[in-house]
Amino acid sequence: MAKISNQELVQKITSKFASRVSAFSEPHGLLTFETSREAIIDILTFLKNDLDFNFLTDITGIHYPEQELPIGVIYHLHSMRQGVRVRIKVFLEEQNPVIPTAFNLWKGADWMERETYDYFGIQFEGHPDLRRILNMDDMVAFPMRKEFPLEDPNRVDKKDFFFGR
Amino acid sequence: MSDIKLAEAPPGIEGSGFFATSFDKVVGLARANSLWPLPFATSCCGIEFMATMGAHYDLARFGSERPSFSPRQADMLLVMGTIAKKMAPVLRQVYIQMAEPRWVIAVGACATSGGIFDSYSVLQGIDEVIPVDVYVPGCPPRPEAILNGVLKLQDLVRNEPMRRRNTEEYKELLNKYGIQ
Amino acid sequence: MNEPAIIQNLERKETTTLNLGPTHPSTHGVFQNVLEMDGERIVSGVSTIGYIHRAFEKIAEHRPFYQITPLTDRMNYCSSPINNMGWHMTVEKMLGIQTPKRVDYMRVIVMELARISDHLVCNGILGVDTGAYSGFLYLMEKREHIYEIYEEICGARLTTNIGRIGGFERDFNDIAFAKIRKFVKDYVPVLKEFEELFTRNRIFMDRTVGIAAVDAQTALDYSWTGPILRACGVDYDVRASEPYSSYEDFDFDVPVGTTGDVYDRYMVRNEEMYQSIRIIEQALDKIEKEPKGVFHADVPEIYLPPKEEVYNNMEALIYHFKIVMGEVDSPTTEVYHCVEGGNGELGFYLVNDGGRSPYRLHFRRPSFINYQMYAPMSRGMLLSDAIINLSSLNVIAGELDA
Repeated sequence: MAKISNQELVQKITSKFASRVSAFSEPHGLLTFETSREAIIDILTFLKNDLDFNFLTDITGIHYPEQELPIGVIYHLHSMRQGVRVRIKVFLEEQNPVIPTAFNLWKGADWMERETYDYFGIQFEGHPDLRRILNMDDMVAFPMRKEFPLEDPNRVDKKDFFFGR
Repeated sequence: MSDIKLAEAPPGIEGSGFFATSFDKVVGLARANSLWPLPFATSCCGIEFMATMGAHYDLARFGSERPSFSPRQADMLLVMGTIAKKMAPVLRQVYIQMAEPRWVIAVGACATSGGIFDSYSVLQGIDEVIPVDVYVPGCPPRPEAILNGVLKLQDLVRNEPMRRRNTEEYKELLNKYGIQ
Repeated sequence: MNEPAIIQNLERKETTTLNLGPTHPSTHGVFQNVLEMDGERIVSGVSTIGYIHRAFEKIAEHRPFYQITPLTDRMNYCSSPINNMGWHMTVEKMLGIQTPKRVDYMRVIVMELARISDHLVCNGILGVDTGAYSGFLYLMEKREHIYEIYEEICGARLTTNIGRIGGFERDFNDIAFAKIRKFVKDYVPVLKEFEELFTRNRIFMDRTVGIAAVDAQTALDYSWTGPILRACGVDYDVRASEPYSSYEDFDFDVPVGTTGDVYDRYMVRNEEMYQSIRIIEQALDKIEKEPKGVFHADVPEIYLPPKEEVYNNMEALIYHFKIVMGEVDSPTTEVYHCVEGGNGELGFYLVNDGGRSPYRLHFRRPSFINYQMYAPMSRGMLLSDAIINLSSLNVIAGELDA
């Protein structure tokens, strides 16, 4: 199958979704754009069915505390036949980040979304079983947010003096 | 003339047809040379354990012929790999289910002290939940290092009183961990 | 053969709960499956993971780039050089470093050796799970030879921390090349001997043919990659479709199965080991033709200068200080790079903000994504078949939980 270029992709996506996508860029050749939580399922469906992006590589999250919409969900899609990848970002507010689930499009989104929920606290609407996957079930905080400390607070033998803090 | 080494007989009184020594020493000798391991392998150190049990660095020639996955039938618990806080209750259960006499070897940096993973989800050393007899450092320790650890445990076992479980300091140690 | 005939009688609701718990001899790693059993058949199952969650992604936000390599080692610890090389290539992609061809070929040799050692463990343990222990011992002996090669190159056996960003820390010496050549020569007969034990063995085939067959569309839907996806008939291999580290210069085949059952997965991994040997032989020939002694790219800003120069030369000292302190200039960008790991597409998503450590580093771990289908897939299977299925998925606990 012919390889589709990033320019053609940008054209096809903007012709269908004009105002709902923004911030097109190509860091290291990978087309990246942003969208909103209302449009994300339409965009994913369009990419999967019409543009032949049949493979969901990964879903992950990110936290930029200084931004207005700090919590981001990042999707990586891959079109195997055309050999091209695309990255979609959706930014959400910090208090109650909610976004519809991609489980109905790809079953593989199941655990990827659970991991993103576990790390950042993002609620995926419509997910069949959204609960913590890697951390302990009774944990309250979301560890990958920037304000959560890395080290175990109960450790008594690490003296700050020797560690230069 | 074969070059297989036999274990030294403990000091005692010998005569024609009998050999008298203290019971502790014989039992210690028997226990030391037949420690059956329970491989509690969680991560990379587990692969080094597989190499130790393999034909190249044979652990079986030191008496650990039968790795048992049932705690009741094992003598020594080899904790190999990182123990996360989610896994700590499981480790404690396995230790409680082991029948006396039992010994614990913490293999690797992660089991000894948390290793390179100084994070919120890793237990910083298994001696926070169970008492440990021998620590083997390394990340992962070479099979020779694991064998050295087992040999040191054998020295410990050989010289121990027969009913260690009834001594005062052992009971105190277990109480500190909340194990009956 | 595996139709859930008994499930229709569920009015009785007499199922037993079996905890295939975190410590179990045949789950190769710490993950738990709580299974509802109707006799020997599994009615449903729930997987629990996270028993070895070490928070790699959080730790990586606090470490400079060269200190993240030992972290990547411990993800898929059966083939740690692949993780290391993948991470180095990600940082090189971000910084725009081009490594010389000889470095690429050396990396290919190391990665293919790692792939062989990963598949050795998987096929050997599949043998053990079906009840045949002796084949495993022969393969572990070969693994010792691979460990010797790693030791010659970098000093460590298992968690190797091989290489630097920009190349390798030292050239492969003659002993290393001799050992690699000897390994390539000695390995094929041993693999053939192992194959004779299993490939046309009546018992092995009865236990594995037709078990857990997966069709290609379901596998793609669940984001499977690696040998298990190739066993389903999809010829997706990152080395062939998006070549990295000069893989396009090599001539190799990508083995593909038909039904996706356990037997096909075993055969795909087996055949991949032959292809890896082929690639290593070609790499050894290609290295002969390259200029000698080149083992790193010329990037003093990120590659540590040799120690003799650090003690004698002012610039080298300054570079050394800057690199170790982490004061390396890096662009504010994000990059996604993937390599073909032992289990599938191992991806590194790096978001950098120009500081000492990454702003966000996410590992796309194939074992994690492959394993999510295990609970739905084992519905209706016999317990012993489910164990074989788990063993053929080659789930490495370190990569599962990261």
